[in-house]
Amino acid sequence: MAEEKKLFKVTIDNITVEVAPGTTILNAARQIGSDVTPPAMCYYSKLQGSGGKCRTCLVEVAAGSTADPRPMPKLVASCRTNVMDGMIVKNITSERVLDARAGVVEFLLINHPLDCPICDQAGECHLQDLSYEHGKEGTRYEFARRTFEKEDIGPYIQLHMTRCILCYRCTYVADQLTDKRVHGILDRGDHAEISTYISKAIDNDFSGNMIDVCPVGALTDKTFRFKNRVWFTKPLDAHRDCPTCCGKVTLWNRGDEVLRVTARKDQWGEVQSYDGKPGWICNTCRFDKKKLSDWVIEGPMKVNRHSVISANKYIDAKRSHETIAEVMGGRQPRLMMDIHNISDVNKPGVHLSELPGPATGDTFTPDHNKE
Amino acid sequence: MQLTQRAKQVDRRPMNGWEKSYLPAILKGMGITISHFFKKKATIQYPEQKRTFSKVFRGVQILNRDEEGRERCTACGLCAVACPAEAITMEAAERQPGEEHLYREEKYAAKYEINMLRCIFCGYCEEACPKDAIYLSQTFAQANYDRKGFIYKKEDLLIPNPKEDPEAYRRAVGERPVK
Repeated sequence: MAEEKKLFKVTIDNITVEVAPGTTILNAARQIGSDVTPPAMCYYSKLQGSGGKCRTCLVEVAAGSTADPRPMPKLVASCRTNVMDGMIVKNITSERVLDARAGVVEFLLINHPLDCPICDQAGECHLQDLSYEHGKEGTRYEFARRTFEKEDIGPYIQLHMTRCILCYRCTYVADQLTDKRVHGILDRGDHAEISTYISKAIDNDFSGNMIDVCPVGALTDKTFRFKNRVWFTKPLDAHRDCPTCCGKVTLWNRGDEVLRVTARKDQWGEVQSYDGKPGWICNTCRFDKKKLSDWVIEGPMKVNRHSVISANKYIDAKRSHETIAEVMGGRQPRLMMDIHNISDVNKPGVHLSELPGPATGDTFTPDHNKE
Repeated sequence: MQLTQRAKQVDRRPMNGWEKSYLPAILKGMGITISHFFKKKATIQYPEQKRTFSKVFRGVQILNRDEEGRERCTACGLCAVACPAEAITMEAAERQPGEEHLYREEKYAAKYEINMLRCIFCGYCEEACPKDAIYLSQTFAQANYDRKGFIYKKEDLLIPNPKEDPEAYRRAVGERPVK
């Protein structure tokens, strides 16, 4: 047996857990799970060096360690602070933390446009969840929100700089997953923005993972843009043999049409790991495999009951047994109206999944369908 | 056992000759009928006359436009997800350059349908709408001979353009008492 490692005992919100030395408070809290875990907007366990920027994971350390039980004077960022033996941490049990977090949310929302009705991230946006759970209802900010010139960063990814909260996750993806970083943060302070140098298109095979790591709608999938709302699509777990990536994905379907492909997410909204390796997916899987026949379907994705994505999805729904034909001697009930003959929505001739970008008004006109 | 104070014993005595002619009963009944001629009428002459609805009446939906006549709806889908009857469906599209006078936002509803056979006029769509785009008006859905006439498309639901047809727009908004 290998030599036993000493484990550190840490108490978070009166729950004690034993973790290995060098673990951050946030990761210790994630081992406990549930409400004890501080929210994180910039920290991403699969990206080295991430964290310490958004300040949403602030916690109060009531006692530093058994050796030095003095409390830490200020709230600390739990994603960047390692645990000590005997540390006592207060997260949701601390008034100061809740107040500070509400303040942080207000700061994050200062320049964030309230265009959730248009944004494709709505429904799976971490900032939406954060502001619902930890924010205040109103804003005290009276000035114009910061705006940017629109920039095209390639055919696959849509950049909405106004929505960015500067978490740096996407630049870490560019740094760590791709061999050539062509995209970073320009300027500083209020003017800081994510951009690709000389508007160079991001063409690395793993660049699409920026979409998955983006906690807000700043980086979204252009092939999914405006095609449907997230909560109307049906998420399915699927896989394929991919030479470049793990090929394990979630398909977001409308009927039999694959509108979007994403990596699978774990309970923290991060990319699922397989055998300790994060399941990043390549751009071929994400953007080019939009046919159901490309994939092996494993089954419906498990959706959190509290998520809006679970709306209108009926698990174990039982169709009522049609009895008319039995009673009427085999005569089928007369169909008074077939909705597909009248409705203009979800026409069989319109294939949104085959469009490279968002639909336009022409997409739904009858002439276009004949072509 | 007496269940109510207003219970009346049925008179089971045999009828006399005068009663057997049924004239008193007929006259009594006619008296009641004729007395109604002079009472206030409970009905009105629809469609010449119309009743005023309550201020909170929830009638057929309209899709609103802004002051410049642009469609307010951005196809965010909140009405459809709020709809308990699953009556609302839509298809979103991106606004193209040159269409700024038609649609208020970057995204708009290219197709918008309400299945009036399903709609229960609960008003949740109006409540859910973040863009002031859908309202329940003071008119009810028209009767129709055909089921297919109850699938209301965007063209049926949109309020007239206040710039192009101010008269029709004014009629659609209706005369509301100004407080």
